[in-house]
Amino acid sequence: MKISLTVNGLPVSWECEPHEFLTEVLRREGLIGTKRGCEQGDCGACAVLLDGVEVPSCIVLAAQADGHEVLTIEGLGSFDAPHPIQRAFVDETAIQCGYCTPGMVIATKALLDENPTPEVGDVRETLAGHVCRCTGYVKPIKAVLTAAEKMRAE
Amino acid sequence: MNDRRKIPEGWDTGAESIDSQDDFKVVGHSPERVDALKLALGKGTYADDVDLDGMLYLKVLWSPHAHAIIKSIDTSKAEAVPGVELILHHGNVSRIPYTTAGQGHPEPSPYDIFIFDRKVRWVGDRVACVAATSERAAARAVELIEVEYELLEPIFDSRRSADEGAPVLHDQPEATGLPDYEKDRNIAAQMLVEHGDMEKAFASADLVLEREYSVPYQAHCCLEPHVALTWLDEDNRLVVRVATQVPFHSRRILARILEIPLNRIRVIKPRIGGGFGGKQEILLEDLPALVTLRTGKPARLMHTRSEEFCSSRTRHPQRLRWKTGVMKDGTIVAQELEVLANTGANGAHALTVQSCTAGKTLPLYDAEAYRFIMKTVYTNLPPGGAFRGYGGPQGFMAMETHMDEVADKLGMDPIAFRRMNVIAPGHDNVLAKSLGEGKEGPPQRIRSNAIQECIDRGAAAIGWERRDSLDRDGPIKRGMGMTCLMHGSGIPGVDMASARIKLNEDGSFNLHVGATDIGTGSDTILSQIAAEALSVPLDKIVIYSSDTDHTPFDTGAYASSTTFISGQSVKKAAEGAGRQLREAALEMWRVHGKEKKLDDLRLEDGHVRAADGDSISYADICLSTFYEHDQHQIQDHGSHMTFECPPPFSAHFCEVEVDTETGGVKLLKYVAAVDCGVAIHPASAEGQTEGGAVTSMGYALSEDYIFDEKGKLLSDSFGDYKQFTALDAPDFETILVKSFEPAGPFGAKSVSEIPADGPGPTIANAIANAIGIRFRDLPITPEKVRRAWLDQQSSGE
Repeated sequence: MKISLTVNGLPVSWECEPHEFLTEVLRREGLIGTKRGCEQGDCGACAVLLDGVEVPSCIVLAAQADGHEVLTIEGLGSFDAPHPIQRAFVDETAIQCGYCTPGMVIATKALLDENPTPEVGDVRETLAGHVCRCTGYVKPIKAVLTAAEKMRAE
Repeated sequence: MNDRRKIPEGWDTGAESIDSQDDFKVVGHSPERVDALKLALGKGTYADDVDLDGMLYLKVLWSPHAHAIIKSIDTSKAEAVPGVELILHHGNVSRIPYTTAGQGHPEPSPYDIFIFDRKVRWVGDRVACVAATSERAAARAVELIEVEYELLEPIFDSRRSADEGAPVLHDQPEATGLPDYEKDRNIAAQMLVEHGDMEKAFASADLVLEREYSVPYQAHCCLEPHVALTWLDEDNRLVVRVATQVPFHSRRILARILEIPLNRIRVIKPRIGGGFGGKQEILLEDLPALVTLRTGKPARLMHTRSEEFCSSRTRHPQRLRWKTGVMKDGTIVAQELEVLANTGANGAHALTVQSCTAGKTLPLYDAEAYRFIMKTVYTNLPPGGAFRGYGGPQGFMAMETHMDEVADKLGMDPIAFRRMNVIAPGHDNVLAKSLGEGKEGPPQRIRSNAIQECIDRGAAAIGWERRDSLDRDGPIKRGMGMTCLMHGSGIPGVDMASARIKLNEDGSFNLHVGATDIGTGSDTILSQIAAEALSVPLDKIVIYSSDTDHTPFDTGAYASSTTFISGQSVKKAAEGAGRQLREAALEMWRVHGKEKKLDDLRLEDGHVRAADGDSISYADICLSTFYEHDQHQIQDHGSHMTFECPPPFSAHFCEVEVDTETGGVKLLKYVAAVDCGVAIHPASAEGQTEGGAVTSMGYALSEDYIFDEKGKLLSDSFGDYKQFTALDAPDFETILVKSFEPAGPFGAKSVSEIPADGPGPTIANAIANAIGIRFRDLPITPEKVRRAWLDQQSSGE
């Protein structure tokens, strides 16, 4: 089947099977920043924004994205102009293996879009859906708070 | 006995070098990690992030039975599924015994596994593998394979596994192990080590205390599942792109079990999404490799999350008995540890994890005599393997809980008791020789050791003086606990690493290392070491790790060896290149009629500088040596092996709240003070400490493998397994205590594993302090706490 959607600001038409999940199709289309961690909606590695709302793309059918807007990690920043959230994760050494990072960055974007002045508890709530075995969460939490501060200052 | 605190004359403890770290320009600072931005942008390419034309997708049929003989396999219906190209099983694959443990050669683990066997030994063992043009077709075909099993009685209880009449798992004649291997009694490894006169020491003790402890399974939970892609290159060589910590061991073991020359195999390690020991296994790459060799097509196998839990490797569960003899004044005289470990259906790391259970723990406290009795048995449950801490989290749970119990009996403060017994600089680790890797180990004497300062600073940070006045009035009671820890840095006399470095025309360097960054930050740390040695900024080092065709050998990312061992190989290579830079500059000056002495030349800020003020940039030297004079490539290599294994030391502290009405334990604050020598990248050392500790907080309180009565794992998803999330992780303070390890690169020791050793006992000790109940079994779940509280109330204690 054919689906038409907006991905990272650009309209696209993609072929997919009715049973295919969004993670699979995004990755096939070269958007490899969206990771496969559990494919059960538990770990957050595959998080994308669907019409601005964070979803685990491993349990969203690609067909469900038809006609909607998807933001993946690739839509946030570039080497020359990283998004302030990405910059904050780098600056706070909040990235170890990096496999959970795209999901965490996407979740942070959703949080800060809705709440530019999060408390630590809000940040913990947001990151709780993002399994990370490397960092102990100390530095990612700090990164989100730093990003919020920087974005408010901009 | 008590010149315990005396440092032998002439013994370098690094103390005099501590201040020299203030002069480092790159080392000891926390520049942006070399791969961080790429990863933040989602541009890091992990094993699965490439697309190959015509790829076959693999799915494995896993055993539904814990113990059975495969009587027949009928693949005809599966073969009829459109897209299916090949089905592998024991009937069409060579039978070569090996171990999945990615260790040095010869591996100190039993050769008890085959690519496919006629017998299955746990729910999740391999039965067959389908290769098809799509994942769906492969999965559908797996369902259609018809297997007839003859069910055998399983054995799940490690305490009965070596008994007479127990079902024997490894009755195949080909299985071999170390000299003490007793496969007909399900014993994968065993060990008895004694030092000193045990009976005399116990007899002299004022108090002897003996207790039993047990620790459970634990899953690595790498966010990136195990995955491997294979293809044939244009020279008909097999390329293996695999999420591994041990690319060189993978190549060596694959060559043997695939029966092809090693030089026909290239193993590429791309970015790795976490390892923690789980990827120190040759776990799945043999299957796509076989498919590629037989079909000529690219192949891919990736575990599902459930397969990660059931069919990869785990932390070895253990039962531990600890016995301590101690004098009234608190002096420990004798320590005895008996370990019964469950290695599940295979013996990967069966000897070495358990020997580390003793090797990392017992030497921390001086005693006149030690005894270690160990047995690792097979059961029909998932196999154990390497896991961050490597026996340490098990051993420290027992020892550090036990030390609190001993201090209690003596009426001593747990800190005071530990302080007077803890090993000091200049002391011999008297057990090192007898706890080697399946052979005698090299002797060890402690150099850098800042454990006392770790205790001081950790105690101050947690506010230890508040311990006796914490709020325990209501149903929610507070408590505080602490532990002392030591670990190691690499495997002495076994681990070897090498590095190669070459100069480019802009004064930058390519650094090629066999070391494997699995998320620890080693690419950054090794680049920092090269930059420091060559006196250039970090961005002048372009690192590549690791590819068996293009990087020199390294045993791999395990045993806390990368900074300490691989780092020293990088330092040697960089120093060699630095010497060549000076020699080339000397020659350039000479042809211009300026005679100088090599010893008067130094490297500074990307220049060779002479004592008289002359200088030449590395870029100019490179251009000259490429094109103008005495043409050659400035490049060097370094290899490093050492018989030293300096332990990092650490003290962990925590404050908890125990809700006696729900049994819930909340971690309020956690403090880890760590002496890892010079922290090459302090922010990464903190990250390692925080991550390692939080992993073991889950081990302490919530993570568990729950099996049904037939040995099937029920907690096989992130949802059911309950590792810590950002909501569970406590406020955390990491304190890096300065020391300088003379045997390490720029004073560094390891840091990666030691934090995983602490949370079990630290939390158990804090709970005991809060409610007066001593838990000796992990995980300390709310059910256990609530039940124990009710028992305590009803017994009127």
